[in-house]
Amino acid sequence: MATINLQISSLQPETALKSFVVDAGEAFVHEIGGGQIVRIVDLEGNQAVDTLFYNAHDYLDRYSAQDTIREQENIYLTTGTRLISTEGNVLLTIVADTCGRHDTLGGACAAESNMVRYAIEKRSMHACRQSFLKGIQSWKNGLEKRDITSNINFFMNVPVTPDGGLTFEDGVSEAGKYVELRAEMDVLMVISNCPQLNNPCNAYNPTPVQILIWNENVL
Amino acid sequence: MESSVLCSEVLPGGATWSHVLKRGTALRITDVEGGANVAAYFLNFELPAERFNLPDTLKAQHTARLTRGHVLYSDMGRILCSITEDTVGWHDPLAGLSNASLTEKKYGKAAYQQARNDWHQNARDSMSIELGKYGLGARDLDATVNFFSKVTVDNEGGMHYCPNNSQPGSYIELRAEMNVLVLLNCTQHPLEPGSSYAPKPVTLSISRVPAPRTDDPCRMLCGENARGFLLTEFYFL
Repeated sequence: MATINLQISSLQPETALKSFVVDAGEAFVHEIGGGQIVRIVDLEGNQAVDTLFYNAHDYLDRYSAQDTIREQENIYLTTGTRLISTEGNVLLTIVADTCGRHDTLGGACAAESNMVRYAIEKRSMHACRQSFLKGIQSWKNGLEKRDITSNINFFMNVPVTPDGGLTFEDGVSEAGKYVELRAEMDVLMVISNCPQLNNPCNAYNPTPVQILIWNENVL
Repeated sequence: MESSVLCSEVLPGGATWSHVLKRGTALRITDVEGGANVAAYFLNFELPAERFNLPDTLKAQHTARLTRGHVLYSDMGRILCSITEDTVGWHDPLAGLSNASLTEKKYGKAAYQQARNDWHQNARDSMSIELGKYGLGARDLDATVNFFSKVTVDNEGGMHYCPNNSQPGSYIELRAEMNVLVLLNCTQHPLEPGSSYAPKPVTLSISRVPAPRTDDPCRMLCGENARGFLLTEFYFL
């Protein structure tokens, strides 16, 4: 079993500037100012939160899973991970994490990939890339499908084995666990709270998550 | 099978190449000297919003390495290319592209003005330029693969570059399952530890190949691939 590195935050929910609850199957799009802290809380446990980040002033400069894992030479995201953009900028840093490890290789589920992975007739089931499209279409500002790239899956567990295998495992998260990130620049956050019912990424029971945002210098 | 080769060429170290690989043909990439790295990216030429999707490729086939029998999925549940031949056994889908700052940090600066054809190129800028030739650009660039290179992942998640993965004469063959815009760049792997800029050449050849049969090894690899081929065949109905 891999070492899990837990880091508790000193921030109190009562002092948060904003608080949102995002139901499973919903999109959530919000700007996080440079210096602000955003916390994602897995309210009921084992919930995958598919997340994209963009430089708020240049959407072409966006989160890159491959650059992020290569720069830290580790495929799992946890406290201390710097989320690297395609232009080599640090978008955000993970500053607290009571889950211990998050995935960025598993991507987001889609109606089309559900057909491949499970059965052709699964096309009609809800999926993250439906929510991503809804989210960016409602945000406008020119975002479109080609801006949807590799994402982070907070609270999701996708182990890779030394011989090159990859599996989806039960989550390592549970009710109340959270991950907290400090924005290192103004960023746009696009979340799909995963509706997937066909695999254990949500323990077959997608549930709501909470988003808390604190202003900079809250301490 | 040499008689079916339609064309072949040498891609010098550091260079970039693109081609619309037609359904019914296959591209063979050969590592001439050993130790080459070929960054690769794929889009549906007719509908470039449909493009290579790395997570879908890995998830469908439960793998974090690529070899013969695997296919490269688009984000639309369809197969862009199948890996029909491979003498290497492990190609890296994890580490992504070298970029300008990484290249300068590792190898120093060598601008065209001073270095001419020995200037230091990098995979990200080269891919973006090549996409530009088709009216596309960096916005159309998502995760890529690195042929001939191997990166393993330990139980803690640590990534390890494995040298000497590819021997001289090693090759991989990609069969196009639709008309695929293939982009290749043969600069060094971003995790290769050396400090000298010495990208290796590869040879490229395109052959006409038969359509995948019902017992095709890529189709038979797993139920996911059987459905992926089915969905790709639907696309042409």
